[in-house]
Amino acid sequence: MPTPGSDRQPVRTASVDLRELVAIFLGGAAGGALRVGLASAFPTSDGSWPWVTFTINVAGVFLLGYFITGLQQRRPLSTYRRPLVGTGFCGAFTTFSTMQVELLAMLRQGHYGLAAGYATASLVGGYLAMYIATALVRRAAVLA
Amino acid sequence: MTPAVWAGVVVCAGVGALGRFLIDGAISSAVGRELPAGTFVVNVSGALLLGLLTGLALRGAALTLAGTALLGSYTTFSTWMLETHRLRDEGSVAAAIANALVSLFVGLGAAALGRYLGAHL
Repeated sequence: MPTPGSDRQPVRTASVDLRELVAIFLGGAAGGALRVGLASAFPTSDGSWPWVTFTINVAGVFLLGYFITGLQQRRPLSTYRRPLVGTGFCGAFTTFSTMQVELLAMLRQGHYGLAAGYATASLVGGYLAMYIATALVRRAAVLA
Repeated sequence: MTPAVWAGVVVCAGVGALGRFLIDGAISSAVGRELPAGTFVVNVSGALLLGLLTGLALRGAALTLAGTALLGSYTTFSTWMLETHRLRDEGSVAAAIANALVSLFVGLGAAALGRYLGAHL
């Protein structure tokens, strides 16, 4: 005879790792603050190429690719390096929303060529940065 | 920028990254990790919200904190490219191209919708 309430689901134990969350917060704070600092140091005017966002995004992809591929080839894995550098720093240093709002502003002002060029260069540049970073790390691992 | 705004930037950027991790985790555990749905939802929702702030004509420190720091860190370009590259690496060029273009155009539409809503609220 079950006692009342014994069929209730036990309180779910937290599956989140507090130290992982702290690592993401710290990495994200550093990456995001660095991006804000660069954006305020090098303001871009309307209708010109958004060099700051573009450079940050492509460089951040390269860093993430280099770092993640390197981590996959090293054992044992450090538990908190990926959340700190990958999810936190690189994730927050690079940005999608700012790029989209910049593209929207270009389209609204009639700079269609600039918008097409910026979108294409970001995608191609971002993809190539990931491709090159991954290839470099894999090649270094083969040669080692 | 004043030291207080800088302190706010650091906190907002950290909170944005944490929000991305938690929402990406919730989406991925609901629909699986085969498709990068978590990053897609995070990026599109962040573009919508940043569009909204633009439509509301937010400026100065408020825009820096809520927009550049919080939403800028919440959304991510690097993970988007990492996942696009992974899709191609695992054999599907079409899936990689789709992941790049769908996020780009849906994100742009979300930013436009957010801007429209912000301007008409």
